[in-house]
Amino acid sequence: MKLLISMFAYPFIVRAFVVGALVSLCAALLGVPLVLKRYSMIGDGLSHVSFGALAVAVACGFAPLWFSIPVVMLAAFFLLRIAESSRVSADAAIAVLSASALAIGVIVTSLTTGMTTDVDSYMFGSILAMSRSDVALSVTLAAAVLVLFVAFYHQLFAVTFDESFSRATGVKVGTYKTLLSLLTALTVVLGMRMMGAMLISSLVIFPALAAMRVFKRFRAVVVCAGALSVVCFCAGLTASYLLSTPVGATVVLCDLVAFLVCAALGRR
Amino acid sequence: MEQKKTSQALRAGSPFRGAKEEQKILLACRDVSLGYEHKPLLEHLDFTVRAGDYVAVLGENGSGKSTLLKSLLGLTPPLAGTIERPAQKAGQLGYLPQQTPAQRDFPATAEEVVLSGFLNRRGFRWRYSAAERSAALMHMGKLGILELKDKCYRELSGGQQQRVLLCRALCAANELLILDEPVTGLDPAASQDLYKTLRYLHEREGMAILMVTHDVTAALREAKTILHIGQKRWFCGTAEEYLRDESGRRFGKR
Repeated sequence: MKLLISMFAYPFIVRAFVVGALVSLCAALLGVPLVLKRYSMIGDGLSHVSFGALAVAVACGFAPLWFSIPVVMLAAFFLLRIAESSRVSADAAIAVLSASALAIGVIVTSLTTGMTTDVDSYMFGSILAMSRSDVALSVTLAAAVLVLFVAFYHQLFAVTFDESFSRATGVKVGTYKTLLSLLTALTVVLGMRMMGAMLISSLVIFPALAAMRVFKRFRAVVVCAGALSVVCFCAGLTASYLLSTPVGATVVLCDLVAFLVCAALGRR
Repeated sequence: MEQKKTSQALRAGSPFRGAKEEQKILLACRDVSLGYEHKPLLEHLDFTVRAGDYVAVLGENGSGKSTLLKSLLGLTPPLAGTIERPAQKAGQLGYLPQQTPAQRDFPATAEEVVLSGFLNRRGFRWRYSAAERSAALMHMGKLGILELKDKCYRELSGGQQQRVLLCRALCAANELLILDEPVTGLDPAASQDLYKTLRYLHEREGMAILMVTHDVTAALREAKTILHIGQKRWFCGTAEEYLRDESGRRFGKR
């Protein structure tokens, strides 16, 4: 207990809690429509793009977040267009994009700085990565994602459930799909510094899958996914502090446990 | 109501067709060509759907039925000609699409799905109004699925799922329903139930219906008008006319 209280004496841990909880919430909310639309791997693809962009930004001396957010948004938009035209299937497009972005990132780092701890922290996440200005930006953007998601909840539901019906009856499907992908891009970039490029997609997928095992109402699934995600993040962060394990991996394991529990509950 | 109007028209000596011409146009194809990238499947298609019509669209696989449907819904532009869609412009078009695999395990209640039909009415909204909620329940009551409203969509049978989607279409529109292969994947009893429901909506609620289907027998029995599209030619007329027509003789009697 004392250990827990002493934990909050470190300002970087408080920052990590605030940003991490917000990002987990955003990721879980967006995760429900993404998983249902069979876009589960988009988070993974975008995180690799984000890694490539960060590597380039570090090499060129740009501010990492400011550079990677537009790049990843562009990638998300591009992936969406690909998925609409049926020439290349969405999963293949994601695989191509994520592998090439990762390759670019690795080559750029090896040519310039080498595999420093900085790069390592982007790959696997670090709670030390958050500076004060990063926190301000992250909180603002996460709040924007939350507000937009809540405001367009019904439209996102309709587009997720049935694109062709929505399109035929005059709902602007393209706009909402773009919105979904841009919000996902933002969330991935924000979450990646703490969770790491390799693990951020689990924040999108696990809570949604777990909530779907238990609940039958879409609204309940969304709320449960969000709550579960925040709880798992807080538990994971605390555990990682107590056991000195990497944050990202610990949070993912917490999510896995939550998923297994929910799957067992849903079976009954 | 509909019956009365017709009999009055007959008594006044005006032919039935004349009375029909006055009905509001909901959908009209004018000299339309359809196909893929300059390779037309179908040319010079002319037909109109008016209030009170019940049209079945028949044709072999690959004849352009699904392309026609997409064009009628305004999803792909025709190669040539114009398609007027006043019903869709007025937000009076309901659509029953074919189900996608993703929908079959979707975690949402029947009521949530039905309510989503209202989304075409206004752009921005926080929540559905009380009037919309009660209208949704009324539609569900009419189609006999009120007791399923809190059931999960993925736990419903195929026929029940189609009814839920039909309710959603009714929330989106009260003039024209477009259906894409509505009985595909349903067992015979569920198919008959669905046709009965459509007949009810057409006769009692005055919905115009356009249905793309493979089920020739049911189309000839249920629909007032048959639109057959085939290789380079098309036919539009009543069921009797269709059976006398060349395309109907080949296709209709099997």
